[in-house]
Amino acid sequence: MTLLSGEPHVITVGADLLGEALDAQAVPRTAVDWRPPLPGTSAALARVLADPRRAAANERAVGRLTSARPQLVGVRPAGEVLGLAPGTFLHAGPPITWERASGPMRGALIGAMLFEGLASDPADAADRLAAGRATLEPCHHHRTVGPMAGVVSPSMWMFEVDDAEHGGTAYCSLNEGLGKVLRYGAYGPEVLARLRWMGEVLGPALAAALRLTGPLDLRALIAQALQMGDELHNRNRAATSLLVRELAPAVVDAAPAHAAEVLRFVNGNDHFFLNPAMAAGKVSTDAARNIPGSSLVVAMARNGTDFGVQVSGLGDRWFTGPAGVPDGLYLGAYGPADANPDIGDSTITETSGLGGFAMAAAPAIVRFVGGEVSDAITATRSMYEITLAEHPAYQIPGLGFRGTPVGIDVTLVARTGVLPVVNTGIAGRVAGTGQVGAGLVSPPAEAFVAALNALAD
Amino acid sequence: MAVRTGVYHDSVSLMRVSSALSELAGVEVAIVAMATKLNLGLARDLGFELPPADPSDLLVAVRADDVDAATGELDRLLGALSSRQVAESADYPPRTTRSAARRGGASVVLVSVPGEYAFAEAADAIEAGLDVMVFSDNVPLEQEVRLKELAAERGVLVMGPDCGTAVIGGAGLGFANVLRPGPVGVVAASGTGAQQVTSLLDLAGVGVSHVLGVGSRDLSAEVGGRSTTAALRMLDEDPATELIVLVSKPPSEETARAVREVVEKLRTPVVTALLGTGGPDLTAAAEAALRALGREAPRWPSWPRPAVSGRLRGLYSGGTLCTEARIIAGGGEFVDYGDDAYTRGRAHPMIDPTLRLEALASAEPGDVVLMDVVLGHGAEADPAARLAPAIAAAGVPVVIALIGTEGDPQGLRRQAEALYAAGASVFTSNAEAARHVGTPTDKRGRS
Repeated sequence: MTLLSGEPHVITVGADLLGEALDAQAVPRTAVDWRPPLPGTSAALARVLADPRRAAANERAVGRLTSARPQLVGVRPAGEVLGLAPGTFLHAGPPITWERASGPMRGALIGAMLFEGLASDPADAADRLAAGRATLEPCHHHRTVGPMAGVVSPSMWMFEVDDAEHGGTAYCSLNEGLGKVLRYGAYGPEVLARLRWMGEVLGPALAAALRLTGPLDLRALIAQALQMGDELHNRNRAATSLLVRELAPAVVDAAPAHAAEVLRFVNGNDHFFLNPAMAAGKVSTDAARNIPGSSLVVAMARNGTDFGVQVSGLGDRWFTGPAGVPDGLYLGAYGPADANPDIGDSTITETSGLGGFAMAAAPAIVRFVGGEVSDAITATRSMYEITLAEHPAYQIPGLGFRGTPVGIDVTLVARTGVLPVVNTGIAGRVAGTGQVGAGLVSPPAEAFVAALNALAD
Repeated sequence: MAVRTGVYHDSVSLMRVSSALSELAGVEVAIVAMATKLNLGLARDLGFELPPADPSDLLVAVRADDVDAATGELDRLLGALSSRQVAESADYPPRTTRSAARRGGASVVLVSVPGEYAFAEAADAIEAGLDVMVFSDNVPLEQEVRLKELAAERGVLVMGPDCGTAVIGGAGLGFANVLRPGPVGVVAASGTGAQQVTSLLDLAGVGVSHVLGVGSRDLSAEVGGRSTTAALRMLDEDPATELIVLVSKPPSEETARAVREVVEKLRTPVVTALLGTGGPDLTAAAEAALRALGREAPRWPSWPRPAVSGRLRGLYSGGTLCTEARIIAGGGEFVDYGDDAYTRGRAHPMIDPTLRLEALASAEPGDVVLMDVVLGHGAEADPAARLAPAIAAAGVPVVIALIGTEGDPQGLRRQAEALYAAGASVFTSNAEAARHVGTPTDKRGRS
């Protein structure tokens, strides 16, 4: 009975005239900045919104996403944990064929063929891949995520992350550093040498150290890093430092002969923590999968050609649109003409309420979003319009410790036309180039519209 | 001719921009509207060549001696609209009702987006546990039923869809007259019906506690009076309400029975006006309410000229007022310009009088025109300003039912006097206005 007894405060949505009539009566109101939904979605929206399962399904899905407790439990070879057969490669994004693969994706696959000893030289690798001699499957189909090209082969070592709340497990490769690296499509000798060292020295040393420390609470570590200026996608400096602080004594104890070079490598790569953050995101969003009637996005991923999304209520189906070219800052003499379309599974950070969604936490990198701190705050604030919840543990000091916006709802994307803000690295379009820059990218609206239409069917 | 993307303004705001632009010297035609099918058709009919556009784009079609000057003025007008929207909210403005509700503090939501989009906003309100008034019309029936089912689960009230008026705790929502506070609570399936009853009560010195609209279809068999029964129970619990007036179009038989059962269990007395059933008209319902409060009904203010007869043409903006007048007059040709068929893609006739003014101008000798003018918040700022000259020019007798109160921003007396001076007979009771005219047969029968 509060309607009739309290002081009226009206939310107005629609004609300005009716809002002005309330202003003329000095009735307090909140005006919705309403606009029509994305073209062609009104019928599907009405059907999906009327689904009696939706509200409860979304509450349950986003509840599972935000209550997940990711823990780093081990570092192990992909062949062992994923059961990858020789000649099978995982890649970022929705499914892709060699024919449709972009430069950096092809470069990374060539590098992986060489790394696994399945080809004698790059041309031979390309021929074999073109002839269909390798099996390509999305990382996401194997509880895995990979940054940029995201190529995973059996001999690569993986972070293993468990969800202590719901019991899931997810994997992500070890981060190679910046510059000429496999994930950006480079496959030169130095790339392969580094991968070999990572398999022979880095992986085993980290594995031994983790056996000494026991599981590492990534949820707590990410929460701390957000308060230290990371958004966990384009800035992982604080999180990497925290990881080194947690692991360093154990690395020394477990692998004294290699401790210095291992710690020097991890310490020298500000993005080392991106990969555990991605596995944490993957295990959290996987907890929200397969809830009938839910319109929550559980994956956004790009393969360098297509941008794909998956939705909780729609199983493992992908809904795709063309990957856009990021708008950003370029390294050295590179420019927009050198940029490949958007690539990588690292959008799992945005899907789990980090990255672009937590931009307001990372004033140090506001150059990526327009230059001003206010641009970063606006980016995060706009994401509350398309998300179902605020993360209970991941908080932003500059917003009064408000939880990050988390749990993208395709109905809210369609209604507002507001697309997820995605921070990303930019790969060179030519195979073998490596990274050329970093910036922001907008996902294609049609991927979300296609998912909405599928929910309406 | 241009299409602008990423800009949205509601149709009423854009119509104001269009008409401001059209009044500029040297501008022949100006259409500034969202690129809906209807608006594109309008532009095509005026001979504009259309670029591809979808309904989220802004269509600008201008034919003028100096298109650049007109475009400059357009930018200024649109800029004024946008800066007003930004100034309203320093924070990131909410883009959905859901987001606005999450910010807290609100007690009720007023939805007036186009009908095909209203469900989402209303469902947001219900899910946030807020009562909601859906002013929008053209909302599909099954969506109305679903909204009201959801509302029953969450224990909130859905007023509407197609709910023109509500007064809650003194705040007028939608088209609302300025009413003094008082003991009468109103539940209405008819917006203008409620406005007539409450305006008459106000003229008699009796105020209202709350006016709860329920939407024109609430008492249909499909909707089953869900909001009517919920609103009756709410007013019964309200300590400020001593008498309930229920204003309704004819309900389906089952619904009428269900409502009657609820009414019988209430502690608060109920006066019912079921229109079109041989029951009391709206004026009689207001008089019955006054008697129930132990008051005398006054003579309702009027500014009559001698009674007239002829071919009766009713040009109405209020559906219930239209029906009431047609029944009382016993014949004639009546059009309800507030009907969905006339409001798709254009503003309600209480805001935009164009269609009715055109109809008035086309009256022929021997016609008698009967029309309503509804005052209050949300309605045209000064209806007499355009209507009085049109009446004077029409050359036929005009009788007006003027629905409003002295407190209304337009001023009841000022409007009445201007319309009377232009040659019209003016009544504050629609029933009395309708009795002032009638078909020639009627007149003979009565005399």
